[in-house]
Parts: sequence; structure tokens; C-alpha cells
Amino acid sequence: MSAMTSLSALPRSRVNGPDMARTATVGMRTRRMRTALSALGIMIGIAAMVAVLGLSESSKSELLAQLDSLGTNLLTVEASAGIGAGSGELPDSAAAMISRIAPVEVTTTVSTVAGANVYRSDFIPSGETNGITVQAVDLSLVDTLAGGLHEGRWLDSATASYPTTVLGSVTAERLGIHSVTGEQQVYVGDTWFTVIGILDEFQLNPDLDRAALVGLDAAATYLDDDNVPTSILVRVDPDQVESVLEVLARTTNPQNPEEVDVARPTDALEARESADDALTSLFLGLGAVALLVGGVGIANMMVISVLERRAEIGLRRALGATKRHVAVQFLGEALLLSALGGIGGVALGLLATNIYASLRGWDTIVPAIAIYGGLGSALVIGAIAGLYPAIRAARLSPTEALRS
Amino acid sequence: MTATLNRPHRGHAKPAVLAFNDVVKEYPGTPPVRALDGVSFEITQGELLAIVGPSGSGKSTLLHVMGTLDRPTSGEVMVAGHDVSALNDAELSGLRARHIGFVFQQFHLLNGFTSLDNVADGALYGGGKLRDRRELAREALHKVGLSHRVDHEANKLSGGERQRVAIARAILGDPSIILADEPTGNLDSRSSDAIVELIQELNSAGVTLVVITHNPEIAELFPRAVSIRDGQIEHDTMETQ
Repeated sequence: MSAMTSLSALPRSRVNGPDMARTATVGMRTRRMRTALSALGIMIGIAAMVAVLGLSESSKSELLAQLDSLGTNLLTVEASAGIGAGSGELPDSAAAMISRIAPVEVTTTVSTVAGANVYRSDFIPSGETNGITVQAVDLSLVDTLAGGLHEGRWLDSATASYPTTVLGSVTAERLGIHSVTGEQQVYVGDTWFTVIGILDEFQLNPDLDRAALVGLDAAATYLDDDNVPTSILVRVDPDQVESVLEVLARTTNPQNPEEVDVARPTDALEARESADDALTSLFLGLGAVALLVGGVGIANMMVISVLERRAEIGLRRALGATKRHVAVQFLGEALLLSALGGIGGVALGLLATNIYASLRGWDTIVPAIAIYGGLGSALVIGAIAGLYPAIRAARLSPTEALRS
Repeated sequence: MTATLNRPHRGHAKPAVLAFNDVVKEYPGTPPVRALDGVSFEITQGELLAIVGPSGSGKSTLLHVMGTLDRPTSGEVMVAGHDVSALNDAELSGLRARHIGFVFQQFHLLNGFTSLDNVADGALYGGGKLRDRRELAREALHKVGLSHRVDHEANKLSGGERQRVAIARAILGDPSIILADEPTGNLDSRSSDAIVELIQELNSAGVTLVVITHNPEIAELFPRAVSIRDGQIEHDTMETQ
């Protein structure tokens, strides 16, 4: 040093980038357990959000695939039920009228056989109906509903006029019939019907899962059914669904179109999905709460850390740290903590989604927004949580800090 | 020694590293506490002096004001040629980073970090790269006789060794002045003697050091002793020479 010192330029405090990052890890390296627990709070929140978004997306894609295979061009026509809603029956001519609408490809009549119940044997008390109905149906039913046969055979033009029946999946279960031997009989009305098949679940018409299905002719012959359609299933040209929807009620019952209910079963599936959406929002909200609590945890830890590390803060100020350096160090620590939690949370969320999706046989789809959003919100939470402690640390007077 | 601070210093061969001119430090209260009451003195480059006084005499305040950790209520403080009152907080930090080294009674080392990294932190706020700072730290540890403790964690060293690490940290980057606050206060007499010896060695190598102590015996070992009482300089051995 020479006399020139007094004229020398004022030196500046500065810290190079890697060193700044390193100082932000000091607290984490000396207090590992606490660091891990604080990061865990954020991690749980982020994992919940990623998993919820991932699962909802995966199940949505599953639904789309399902809709795709079922087809969204199925319409059902039913007689309205209820007070003042009409007779509860469709006109005899309904099926024929509907099939005249140009875009209609197939019509399938379903007629509920009134008063008929199904029993395992004729010794069963008549009150124990198991809630099973008897439906007389067209042979086209299984194709129209994109249904599948679980076992045995579907009705054909021969068996449709004999006392044979194909059971819906729930019916078979309730009657305790698990396989088709060709010899099992069930007691329907007052006639023994031979079980020739069991169906898979109908995605599009769960009501039929709880029915024993018989041919229209058989119903007329053995069960005195007059074959009045209670509902008609219609497959239409996929591009003309809307226009058919408009005219369907009037075509079915020109005198009283208001006595006809027209529905699109895939809407129910979509409605179920939107109910799932509401649940998704709820879980997302819960995830956000967890994240918030995690953020409070980090803020809490940082405040305590600042109190405990007063001497270190004083030392750093003595070594030449500016207020800004101290603030950046503590803010950096909070950000690092939350980033750790965020990365861990995204990983955990992906894992959870993957496990659940593969258990359900879905494709794992996690939207990018869940991943980036998860990391981003972790950092935002960390920044907010770290700001106040960092400012407190920076404002601490060096002499006071060193006195502790 | 007033009003001459920026001019060539009267008769001194070497320039003042630190100069106080009628410095007053008052802490608010009723009545206000006057911890420093018109203190004036100069420290020239290469000096080794003790500031000695009983507790409550104002020597801690003096150290804080000398170290620019605190500002005087009135009066002029010059550090390495810079008028402290003209500088803002960030500029004072820069001044400390470059010109002032601190040694504390409680060592203030970062536990869980090696001696080397603790010493390397001495120049952290000078902006140098870690690799270079570690190189300097190795040299500094050698100077204080701790070459064999480079990779030991600070909290596993003895008290005397810790204070050596702290001294190595203070001398890193060749500051203009080193302020040691009761550097032997937490040490047994043997370690204490060794630290005093180290301080004398460093001084003979050209380092300017101020040792604050309540212990007159230690003060006697140094070429100059400034005794302070009730915020005023009671006696300065240099003035009587």
C-alpha cells in the first residue's frame, strides 16, 4: 500500500455467480433433516396436482377411446314415463316410421315384458325378483349397442322363437349362473327358458345388464307379450346425428311428440366425465392447499433460519456482503428448497399417475402444463415464502447480528 | 492530528490506514448513551496496537465504527483514504470486503465446512473464483501454521486452531487493516500466547493489526496501546513517546 491508497477507487462488493449459488446451499448443507422436511411439504402439494391432472387426462383419453369404439351415433327413443306423460308405450308403428328416416341405419326394438319375472327355479317365492326384468328384443340388439357376448350364443332367428334366453351380465350374477352349459333353465313367467348365453356389460345401456333377453316371437308365444316397443335403439349416420335428433320425436309419435324421450347414451358417459372434472377441480384445489401449506412450511423454516443464523449474517456483512447479497442468499435458499420439492413432486406425481394408469390399463398421459406448471408454482411459492425472511435477514444491522 | 487527513501525514513515513477525528457515537435513549465521546487517533500502515479498556468502556463500539459496521453520530472516520460518512451501505460493504479483515472472539466459522473453505470465504465478496480463493486460502493457512488442518471441518478443530483459521480468513486478500475483537477471549492461556505470537509475526510481515482487549497484559506486549474509558481515550502510548 502506498500514499496512493487514499486516492484509490472505491472497491465494490461482488460475488461471482457460482459462489452466489453456493452460498444459497449453506443452510441446506448444514441442516439436512429440516431441509428435507420443508421440501417434502412442497413435494406433496406438487405431486398431488401432477397426479390429479395426469389421472384426469389419462382417464379422459381412455373415455375418448371408449366413445370411439362405442360410436356416438346411437340414439334411444323411449316413451316418457310419469304423471301425465302419456301411456308409457310407443306406437306400434314407431320402429317402421323411424327406419324411414334416411340417415337411420339400424333400428332395434326393445319391449319390456310386463309382469314377467325371472327365477332360478319355480320354488323361489315370487317376491324375490332380484330386480330382473324380461326384455323382448330384436336380434340386432348386440350389434346396435356395440355389446359383446361373454359366453354362449346370442339369439338367432331360430332360438328367438323358442323359450331360450340370453342373460345380461348383472342378471347372470344375481341368478348365480357363471357359465353356460346349455342345460341351465330359468323360470320366466310360468315357462322354463333355457339359458344359451351371457352378455358382457353394455356401456351404452346398463339397464339391459339387469334383464333376461328373449326373442320377440318367444315373448309373444310364451309370455303373452304384445311386443309394443318400450324403447327403440337407433344407429344413424354419424354426420347426421343432430338432424335425426330433431325429427325423431315427431316421427315416432306424430300425435304426441312430447310423450317421446330421445336420448344419446354417450352423453351420459360424457356427463360422467364432466362430473369427474368437478372432482378433478376439487382435488386440484386440495393439491393447491397442500402446496400453500408447504409454502408456509418453507417460510417458517426460513424465518427460524434467519434467527438462528444471525451470527453468520453478521459475519458475512463483516466480510463485505451487501444487504442485497444477504437477501439473495436467503431467497436463493428458499427457491432451491422449493425447486427440490417441485422436482421431487413432479417425479412422485408422474410415478403415481403411471402406477394408477397401468393398474387401470390406461395409457399414461400427463399434460406438459402439469409438469411445467408444477415446477413453476413451486418456484413462485418458494419466492413468496422466501421474500420476507430474506428481507429480514438483509435488514439486520451487522453490529446487532454479531452481538448474538 | 486534525484536518490533515487527506494531506501528507505530518512527519509519518507511512500513510494513515485508519483515522478518527473527534468521533462521537451516541445510542438513543433517555438520556442518550454516549459510547464514544470525541475520539481522535490515527493508525498508520504496518502498526500493531492494542485498544484496551474495561467492559463498557466503549471499545466494542469503537471496533464497530472502525470496521464500518456502524456509523458515528458525528465526527470523521477515514478508512483507507475513504470518508465513511460519504459512503452508502453497499459502498461500505465494498470497503470492508477489500480493506478490512475481522477476527472475532467467537471465531464465527461456518460449521460443517473445511478450514480451507472457511478461509476462502474471506475473499468471497471480492468476486474471485472459488478455485483462486482456495489457492489463496491454502497459503493463508500455511502462514498461520495450519497446513495440516486444511481439510478438517472447522467444528472439529481446537479453539486455538479455530482462531488461527479465523485469522487466516481475515488476512486473505491482504486487507489494509485487521481488527481483532478479543481474539484470545475464548482461549486458554497457552493457545492465547500462541495467538498473540501469531499476531506479532503477521505484523512483522507487514500486516496492520488492531487488537481490542480488556486485558492490559496483552496490551503491554504490543508496540502501542490505546486505553479507553467512558468513551474517551485515556492514554495513548504513542503520544507519550
